[in-house]
Amino acid sequence: MARVVFPEHLLQHTGGTREIEVHASNYRGVVRAVDKQWPGIEQVLIKSAVAIDGQIYQDAWLEPIREDSEIFFMQRIEGG
Amino acid sequence: MAEARDYRAIGTRPVRPDGVDKVTGRANFGADMTLPNMIHGKVLRSPHAHARIKSIDASRALRLPGVYAVISGADFPSGAEGEISGEGGGTVSDLAKNIMARDKALYHGHAVAAVAAKTAFLAESALELIDVDYEVLPPVLDVDTAMADGAPLVDEHQRTGGGQGDAPSNIAAITKFERGDPEAGFAAADVVVEGAYRVPTAHQGYIEPHACTATLDEEGRATVWCCTQGHFDVRSMTAGVLGKSVGEIKVVPSEIGGGFGGKTVIYLEPLAVKLSELTGRPVKMVMSREEVFRATGPTSASHCRVKVGAKRDGTITAATAWLAYEAGAFPGAPVGPGCMSVFAPYDLDNFRIEGFDVLVNKPKAAAYRAPGAPQSLHAMESTIDELARKLGMDPIDLRLANCADEGTHAPYGPTFPAIGIKKCLEAAKVHPNYTTPKADGTGRGIAAGFWFNIGMQSSAEVRLSEDGTVTVMEGSPDIGGSRASMCLMAAETLGVPYNIVRAHVGDTESTGFCNVTGGSRTTFATGLAVVQACEDIIAECKQRAAMTWDIDADQVDWTDGEAVPKPGVNIDVAPLSLADIAGNAGRTGGPILGRASLNAQGAGASFSVNFADVTVDRETGKVDVLNFTAIQDAGTAIHPAYVEGQMQGGAVQGLGWALNEEYIYDDNGVMENAGFLDYRVPVASDMPMIDTQIIEVPNPSHPYGVRGVGETPIVAPLAVASNAVSDALGFRISDLPLSPPSVLAAIDGHDEA
Repeated sequence: MARVVFPEHLLQHTGGTREIEVHASNYRGVVRAVDKQWPGIEQVLIKSAVAIDGQIYQDAWLEPIREDSEIFFMQRIEGG
Repeated sequence: MAEARDYRAIGTRPVRPDGVDKVTGRANFGADMTLPNMIHGKVLRSPHAHARIKSIDASRALRLPGVYAVISGADFPSGAEGEISGEGGGTVSDLAKNIMARDKALYHGHAVAAVAAKTAFLAESALELIDVDYEVLPPVLDVDTAMADGAPLVDEHQRTGGGQGDAPSNIAAITKFERGDPEAGFAAADVVVEGAYRVPTAHQGYIEPHACTATLDEEGRATVWCCTQGHFDVRSMTAGVLGKSVGEIKVVPSEIGGGFGGKTVIYLEPLAVKLSELTGRPVKMVMSREEVFRATGPTSASHCRVKVGAKRDGTITAATAWLAYEAGAFPGAPVGPGCMSVFAPYDLDNFRIEGFDVLVNKPKAAAYRAPGAPQSLHAMESTIDELARKLGMDPIDLRLANCADEGTHAPYGPTFPAIGIKKCLEAAKVHPNYTTPKADGTGRGIAAGFWFNIGMQSSAEVRLSEDGTVTVMEGSPDIGGSRASMCLMAAETLGVPYNIVRAHVGDTESTGFCNVTGGSRTTFATGLAVVQACEDIIAECKQRAAMTWDIDADQVDWTDGEAVPKPGVNIDVAPLSLADIAGNAGRTGGPILGRASLNAQGAGASFSVNFADVTVDRETGKVDVLNFTAIQDAGTAIHPAYVEGQMQGGAVQGLGWALNEEYIYDDNGVMENAGFLDYRVPVASDMPMIDTQIIEVPNPSHPYGVRGVGETPIVAPLAVASNAVSDALGFRISDLPLSPPSVLAAIDGHDEA
């Protein structure tokens, strides 16, 4: 089961839950699994960046997820 | 992917390909466009920082001969939808209201109307004939006032977090990060240090003001020429504001005279298109320097409070940060990345970070090099400096005892892969400028810097001419030498000399989509696209060679720019060079080109360590920087001279912000120093030579190990200056800028105390 961690700004959408475990083969599957638990959160998650096993991704639907992956949602960064 | 290795082209320092055009004046910048029958647009700006617009009457202006059109907020569609990407982006609706005020003017200089006339002078004259009836409202000009109960509201509809509940507030959003138990961490500490730090509003200070020219064809399709960091984003933002499809707008980027984040957003383009639409003529708009200061995005002023606790051996047990950033008149201060950066150089078990995005009656903040990080890390690195003093430790040793490393769980979530902060600190510790004792009467300051770096979407085409010369076509405006870096990576990949490769930045209809040049992404992400497009070329060339030799393509190698049979393939043929294959392309299948489009992932974070010695004149308060050393992890330096240039430029910009730059407002919210005479950026005679040392910890996510390098250099100099000045004076000045009047006032205050 991959471990999914929500930062503070997403807790209002998860009822305060900071961490869950999901089965998914790719990142899009993770988002769908989370949205199944909290319907509507997908619209917030697709505006977030995500760190999968330490690597930061933006719009990475097809990124593979391992059984022991760590997934951190985070704010998007662009820069100047 | 990447590991340190020897390269032929990468790491060399060829002369920049755009240099001669720029120094001879041949390069075309934003204001250089001229078209037949072109007329000129000018903007009427609010003389009030906060005012309700009761009416706008343009009838007198329109009666002036040579005036063709006047527009105001009513001429633009309402209800624009969508969001602008990036931490300072916000919504298209807010962007539209920032470009042209609707019911309220929200800062001094906010656009309220625009004129198109035969000449720029006539357009300026017509502005004086537009009658605007204002109801002046009280402005709110700093975060402390804006966050207080009963403060005037910049936007009566703004709720914290964007919701519908609660009362209206100037606090647009709150960001929080927390790990462990900070209170228990402070209880376990032997020493606790805390401080409050203010950083002023500062402008990116690019030399070239915003400029654009727009024209429409008979079918209503617009072409816009402008100076920008991202013409594809200009296209989508302009389309969003005007309610058009992106397919109706073509954007052609000019050479760019600096951006530093400030040209990732738009101000003039929708106005020029709308005026062109109404007049049937091309419309050119060029900002004055005063307009650039008053109406384009500065970076946020901030008020930060940081507290750090540590054991006697220097081990940090807890840290907290409270960060309030000015967003300007619309939500979108870079406080999110400020929060994510503030503790990034450190490996902490217990911390809490709170950030506040606060509306004030000032221009909307825009990105500026490592947006949000200089402010928060100024606070953290100043606090670390104080901690080192209290502990009696060398400030580098204190940082080494707590620094992040590969495997550290970053404060903003992910686990760091290989990073360079430790190597930068170790390099600083033995650097001759650090091992040399500081001179009597001087102060020395040291600080660390950090920026995430990003990937995002890029495209590239590589075309082979019939003589084997190579053309790279990409869509990332070159603001820091990226064309040279693209050519070097193409030459390295193809195995050909640098001087047969040329790179060009195409317009929105000539090349594939690229996100903005920003976030230190171009050499990483667009570079990755160029490398992949070159690999596409190599695959095709191997195919053509195989066809020529009547063997299979998998029996062909590509070595040093030539196709050769693989070892063990028993044929007697001479190698085929790129030129040989290109010359025969017509006979073997036609022209050869490679292409790649990607969403680059895995941009590696970049860390830095900077230090400097300064003197402070106690009679005038003037600070002189005697020497400055910048050490930074670049991953792999593709063109080391450009990397050093980024480090030096960032150091100078950071020192300018630390020592002199600030927006000075009167009580009514009028900026009093909207020009380079009174808003003092550093000039060459103010600065010592900036010494640089590039550390190379290759980014494993790039074939050549590239990390972004453009933004990290501005982060550390703010705290370096604060720490050095405080060391020289023997007491801390927490607020920036350390300008002569501020330093003198601090000295006088300290002496009296």
